[in-house]
Amino acid sequence: MEKLTSPYKWGMVIDLDRCTGCGACVVACQAENNVGICDKKEISEGRGMHWLRIERYWVGEYPDVRVRFLPVMCQHCQDAPCEPVCPVYASYHNPDGLNGQVYNRCVGTRYCGNNCPYAVRVFNFYQHEWPKPLDSQLSPDITVRSRGVMEKCTFCIQRIRRAKEEAKEEGRQVRDGEVQPACAQTCPSEAMVFGNLADPRSRVSILSRSPRRFQLLEHLGTHPSVFYLKGGGREHV
Amino acid sequence: MSERQLEELREFREFRESEETPKTPGTLQTQKINDDLLSSLRPPTLRWYVLALCLGAVVAWGLAAFTWQMTHGMYVTGKNRPVMWGFYITGFVFWVGLSHSGTMVSSILRLSQANWRRPILRAAEAMTVFCITVAGMFPLIHLGRNWTFFYMIPYPNQRGLWPNFRSALLWDMTAITAYIIGSSLFLYLGLLPDLAVARDRSKGWQHKVYAVLAMGWRGTAHEWSVYRKASTLMAALIIPVAVSVHSIVAWDFAVTVVPGWHSTIFPPYFVIGAILSGVAAVITLMIVIRKAFHLEEYLTPLHFDNMGKLLLVISLLWSYAYFVEVQTTWYAHEPIEWEVFSFMSQRYTPQLLIMLAGNTLLPIFCMCFKRLRRSIGTMLVVSLMVNVAMFIERFLIIVPSLSHKNMPFAWGSYSSSWVEISVNLAALAGFALLFTVFAKFFPIVAVTDVRELEARRAEVSMGRAKVPSIAGEED
Repeated sequence: MEKLTSPYKWGMVIDLDRCTGCGACVVACQAENNVGICDKKEISEGRGMHWLRIERYWVGEYPDVRVRFLPVMCQHCQDAPCEPVCPVYASYHNPDGLNGQVYNRCVGTRYCGNNCPYAVRVFNFYQHEWPKPLDSQLSPDITVRSRGVMEKCTFCIQRIRRAKEEAKEEGRQVRDGEVQPACAQTCPSEAMVFGNLADPRSRVSILSRSPRRFQLLEHLGTHPSVFYLKGGGREHV
Repeated sequence: MSERQLEELREFREFRESEETPKTPGTLQTQKINDDLLSSLRPPTLRWYVLALCLGAVVAWGLAAFTWQMTHGMYVTGKNRPVMWGFYITGFVFWVGLSHSGTMVSSILRLSQANWRRPILRAAEAMTVFCITVAGMFPLIHLGRNWTFFYMIPYPNQRGLWPNFRSALLWDMTAITAYIIGSSLFLYLGLLPDLAVARDRSKGWQHKVYAVLAMGWRGTAHEWSVYRKASTLMAALIIPVAVSVHSIVAWDFAVTVVPGWHSTIFPPYFVIGAILSGVAAVITLMIVIRKAFHLEEYLTPLHFDNMGKLLLVISLLWSYAYFVEVQTTWYAHEPIEWEVFSFMSQRYTPQLLIMLAGNTLLPIFCMCFKRLRRSIGTMLVVSLMVNVAMFIERFLIIVPSLSHKNMPFAWGSYSSSWVEISVNLAALAGFALLFTVFAKFFPIVAVTDVRELEARRAEVSMGRAKVPSIAGEED
């Protein structure tokens, strides 16, 4: 963490009070990032390609049942278990605090996938194809991954790159809220907030200091860049 | 060739000829030993061809399955998210374990000068080389993009890319390469005098091959003294390599944050497990070789008795290590660790019971009795069971932990596919094939070592010192 040389440290806050579990973020992510389309069989085999999943938990006993949603994507850990285990540096840490994944360097040991406690890394078991007309929708900014490589959420690194380049042209830093990943942009209830955690006045920084904040599997010491705000008050558990 | 060398050669030939008449004292005559032990080198029989063909067919089937996987994608295996490792890595750990046979039996017994090791050390050393070769294939087979495996090799390249030495997989690759080289040298070194014997007793193209491989070994006193030093040194040096190999394989699991893997006892526990399966495999091999090459005179119940005692000790050690590992999990009752353990014991109850029976109950019970240790049938059953149990043990370490990792929403399960089973069977057949071919072309029982023992039995008294008669034979 200390070695950070960039003025940015990208992070996200997800307010579980606001999340309705609609799944718009999942679809947006899939459309933005050329994520492979899987059929029913592939999903049921556990080989779905979602970079972002909405975990659904039932709380309480019938009839007093409540459902809780937990959107989980790559947590972009500052001490990421996936990084040191990769024998070829396909999984690496970039100066902005993101966990990068170099697709064409990946040999497919899947060691990172095993060592990710959040199980957010997805492996291309299949050579994915996009049925017409979806094939025309593929983003030119992102590699279409071949089978046999690992992939995962990048916080829409192509958007971050573009925003940084534009800011650099204008000789300034990326403004708060200027760049958003597809999931945050799409969220109808604005449950997801993305921004620069290194800037103490950014919205994401302020929210990440909320007393409701928590991180997933904090005890493992992975120091994730994603903060969750507890669903408080309205629920009894 | 200089005049002196020619002279030496002539002397050597004369010596060889004079040796034709048995004169070495001992319980077995030299000539007979040579005949018996080199009988495997006779031209292959029909039975040998049939065996080799059957094994080759299984290997070919496995290769076809692997090609299928390469051309289609990893979905043909049973792996999924979260269980990203399965039968391949199980096979890998299992075969690395088996490869500890040679080191254990050969070097430790060599260093401790246990004479009963002599008839089996060659088989054990060859087994080490073949097992580690087979094991080394698995990590490559299991890659998502097998054709890019060389990214893991540190080679100079234009882009300045380098493998990640922080990764346990790279430690693995380094350790396994070192072990393949080391154990091959160890095998070859032991084979050297025997190759010379084979050279002297063969004709035609075989003679030429053995002559090259024997590297001009003539058996002079100087050669023997260098040889002795070298083999003792190799025996000592190969042990730390073997221990490090399996420790590193254990670290593949122990250095992760996966519940059930992240455990400090793994390296010693894996090494003990490796030696357990290695010793059991040597026993199985001894029985097979004894039967196949009619070596009843050389592999006596006494040898099985000794191996049985070794198996008993290692089995007790393994049971202790397993108990310690499980007891810590149980006592701490850390939720996710406990979840993994309870999932494993519920979902895989029969496997767990077979594992405990094969690794603990059966060997500890049977190996306590001399009569059972000396019964070839019992030894065969016990040694096979140990290895079945060890394969299950590897599986139970790898798969349940991945199935129930930290995020309950992403729990899953694993069932192996025909491709993975085919490749694993092909690995077994490939090992057997390598061994069959090796046993046909190289002396599978260490001729010189056995003869040395025979010769030593008639030690010559010189003053107060007992001098092995073999020293006089060579000068």
